[in-house]
Amino acid sequence: QAIVWDEYLTGPFGLIAQYSLLKEHEVEKMFTLKPGRLPQADVKNIIFFVRPKLELMDIITDNVLREDRGRSPQRDFHILFVPRRSLLCEQWLKEQGVLGSFIHREQYSLDLIPFDGDLLSMESESAFKASGENAGRFWECYLESDQTSLYHAAKGLMTLQALYGTIPQIFGKGECARHVANMMIRMKREFPGSQNSIFPVFDTLLLLDRNVDLLTPLATQLTYEGLIDEIYGIQNTYVKLPPEKFAPKKQGEGGKDLPTEPKKLQLNSAEELYAEIRDKNFNAVGSVLSKKAKIISAAFEERHHAKTVGEIKQFVSQLPHMQAARSSLANHTSIAELIKDITTSEDFFDNLTVEQEFMSGIDTDKVNNYIEDCIAQKHPLIKILRLVCLQSVCNSGLKQKVLDYYKREILQTYGYEHILTLNNLEKAGLLKPQTSGRNNYPTIRKTLRLWMDDVNEQNPNDISYVYSGYAPLSVRLAQLLARPGWRSIEEVLKMLPGPHFEERQQLPTGLQKKRQHGENRVTLVFFLGGVTYAEIAALRFLSQMEDGGTEYVIATTKLINGTSWIKSLMEKLEPAPF
Amino acid sequence: MSRARADEEEYWHSSKFRAFTFDDEDDELSQLKESKRAVNSLRDIVDDDDDDDLERVSWSGEPVGSISWSIKETASSSSSSLEGRDSSLQKGSSSYAAFPKQVSSYSLSNLFKGRNKLPSFQSLSDALSDTGVKNYAPELRRPKAEYKDYSSDWSPKDTVRRMQRGKICSLERFRSLQDKLVLLDEAVAGHDGNVITAVLIFLKRTLRREILFRELEVRQVALCHLIHFLKETGEQKLLLDLLRFLDRTEEVALSQYREHLNIQDVEKRKEFLKGCIGLPFSAEDTSHIQDHYTLLERQIIIEANDRHLETAGQSEIFRKYPRKASILNMPLVTTLFYSCFYHYTEAEGTFSSPTNLKKTFKIPDKQYVLTALAARAKLRAWDDVDALFTTKNWLGYTKKKAPIGFHRVVEILQKNNAPVQVLQEYVRLVEDVETRLNLATKYKCHDVVIETYRDLKDRIQLTAYKCKVERGSAEEEKINSILNN
Repeated sequence: QAIVWDEYLTGPFGLIAQYSLLKEHEVEKMFTLKPGRLPQADVKNIIFFVRPKLELMDIITDNVLREDRGRSPQRDFHILFVPRRSLLCEQWLKEQGVLGSFIHREQYSLDLIPFDGDLLSMESESAFKASGENAGRFWECYLESDQTSLYHAAKGLMTLQALYGTIPQIFGKGECARHVANMMIRMKREFPGSQNSIFPVFDTLLLLDRNVDLLTPLATQLTYEGLIDEIYGIQNTYVKLPPEKFAPKKQGEGGKDLPTEPKKLQLNSAEELYAEIRDKNFNAVGSVLSKKAKIISAAFEERHHAKTVGEIKQFVSQLPHMQAARSSLANHTSIAELIKDITTSEDFFDNLTVEQEFMSGIDTDKVNNYIEDCIAQKHPLIKILRLVCLQSVCNSGLKQKVLDYYKREILQTYGYEHILTLNNLEKAGLLKPQTSGRNNYPTIRKTLRLWMDDVNEQNPNDISYVYSGYAPLSVRLAQLLARPGWRSIEEVLKMLPGPHFEERQQLPTGLQKKRQHGENRVTLVFFLGGVTYAEIAALRFLSQMEDGGTEYVIATTKLINGTSWIKSLMEKLEPAPF
Repeated sequence: MSRARADEEEYWHSSKFRAFTFDDEDDELSQLKESKRAVNSLRDIVDDDDDDDLERVSWSGEPVGSISWSIKETASSSSSSLEGRDSSLQKGSSSYAAFPKQVSSYSLSNLFKGRNKLPSFQSLSDALSDTGVKNYAPELRRPKAEYKDYSSDWSPKDTVRRMQRGKICSLERFRSLQDKLVLLDEAVAGHDGNVITAVLIFLKRTLRREILFRELEVRQVALCHLIHFLKETGEQKLLLDLLRFLDRTEEVALSQYREHLNIQDVEKRKEFLKGCIGLPFSAEDTSHIQDHYTLLERQIIIEANDRHLETAGQSEIFRKYPRKASILNMPLVTTLFYSCFYHYTEAEGTFSSPTNLKKTFKIPDKQYVLTALAARAKLRAWDDVDALFTTKNWLGYTKKKAPIGFHRVVEILQKNNAPVQVLQEYVRLVEDVETRLNLATKYKCHDVVIETYRDLKDRIQLTAYKCKVERGSAEEEKINSILNN
């Protein structure tokens, strides 16, 4: 059999299944989905692995219609929808007259993909997409205008509970959080048999709607991993880097010319060094790297002291580990150099200064000079939009005059058609006029201590280190929930959009945890609408705190950063002629 | 604390097997797990002999064995250059172990044990992929009741549930409006967008438009789904009808305006935009749409004219600087730049003149000066640059003024490689002393540096600056003479 892949799915699938595993299951060939005739392959079965998207259905239709009917043996077609079978797509195929060609139509429920030991993501493309309806006109909720991604989130949580036990306490904030909790309760009621007898791993589930904290993703992340994502974009734990700094060390095998293709690296905590530095503020990474370098060279030096055969043998047995450590160190030193080139640039500094001014509440109510300059110099539109949205969020909306000014400048410089994008941003609540005439942000900032002046980047004592001063609102909510509880911030919770709530799921008496003194509670934080690496770092920091008392596992609909997030809200425009 | 940890660890070791096992696992699955477990335990031994495993990536940098890698592999016909690697694939299950990064040893359970290094097999990924496999073959474990033949008396609720499980159901038997609406409400209550859309397709086909619209108006969630569906499938006409019915006029306007992006022919696009002007946009947006139309109209005229000039080869500027692309559909500021570049001296009456553009689109001074400066500097037309900042007062005295601040002027000139003589003239005009000194030092405008220190009466700095100028140069002489006075 052969598999035809929707290219988007190969990334997520790569995280859970290897080609060798598929080969064991008699998968002979694999192709990427594209229009035209399917490649020749001597196989009986062709299986399409696709997302339920109409444009993909058109490609499949094309594939099937061009299949040579006269060939023998005839090939059988099957279709596997990920993550869910779609009646809409089947209807579409039916209208094209090819539905009957498929012998099997099934679904592969890939709800939550493990990205790391403590991180799960649904990687649904655009949980935040505000095309038209979604944004808030009716249910203050921006999701795809259909609730499918919320439904998947609820389904994913049910699967998770089937594996790790019913979660006794559910907290949530925001419209979407409420929806998901309602769906979970309903699903549980409809399948009473799903009551399982697994001792619960999680004590608490916290559902957070991205709409509650629009600020955090707009700010530039300043952790090592966050910066890698901001600058190069991490896709399904892989990152592609410019090859210049990764010249091959080994002679021979093809290493003669300089590499021209981007260097691709996988990043996760299985790599010891990366696990240590990924969540640190970038300013603290250099010292760790140089310390490691000293340790490794000292370890290699050992060979001079190895005298006896036993000692040499001992040394040799450690070699592979040392070599792995050395190559890991070399990679991260190169990455850190690449990042440093950017973080030390004047423009990065200016941009960051403006962001930090906004977040600490300085001059958010007038036209900002730097933004104006950036527009005049035609910096990338996404960068402009990020800053303007950040200013809007930090001012509970912009003054009408300021908003109109920005809009005019943007349209005149980047093209009038961007009126559609600006409209999407307004619908999503990222860019708006200040209607109430009151700015709630200062109250929220002070109560939740979102801005910390005395931030320690090297040895942090607060989550604000991940943005060098700004403590992500979402994570603050999680932190305050654990201690002293949300009751202490009722007032602020009311200022943030959407309801906050608490639900309890009864456990059979035998499964109730008898907590021992000093034992940590475990909270699953589910970000509906996406989470940034810096927020993850902040939660990991809280997990590791000596007296924290709570450990966090993170789940999300998508890993995002400001750029990818704003991009998902931009209207697809035809590419400019030059 | 450590006591508790130890207990917990014990719990995880003793109970996790139970916790993650499904009673109804089929044999193949458990065998797979068994072999995986064995292979995993081998890993530490294997690793020692295989110091290369971190490096085993293909040319694209993908670890060999990953899906996207193998797609390329199986798709490419020539595999001669990759023989060595192929053999590693043929090792079958052992190659699975050769990529420890892919098998998450950093499992959820490890997290709770304080991150020790023991290999853990029942990682989250194993557990999740198991459910995946189960769903892949869902027919194996369905209760018998599910197999009963097509039944025509399913309630709306049952129908919706069946559809949620991916079963195709005939909806035709819901004939009365009442039945159809109950079905829709059930679908909405189920929250499954897929099912809601399927029901909506059915309603769309079987209900009169007015009735469908009327009923959806009071069912907002369903309404959102229909609008989304109509956008996805491009049923623009029905969508606009619906939005109009709902009185969502601004959305109608935007949605119609969006259509212009699909029109390639500029003349047609222009006409279409003209038609958009009357649409019920907000007041602010209306003026932008009007501008969009006017701009395209201008661009069409300019383009026709300039293409003619260029091909005729008569105009020097087009011969010297051939156009890289057409000006059609470019943003306003780009158009202004173009006009400052090719049509700077034209009278205000012509459509292509910068002043005409500035007036028509009410371009602010700042924006205009920046753009004109960039264009003229690119042409190295320093006199034009000079004129841009020269104002005459009523007595006829000239004065230099820049709405954007002279430090910005200097930056733009410098980016366009202006000579030092030109540059220093503007550096001198920077008001803030510190900025002026910085810029002058950075761009080696020695005269300005020297004069500024002289005015500041800063002998020390002036003496220090002596080493920055050439020996025996006029600048050195100047410094000496100032110091001697």
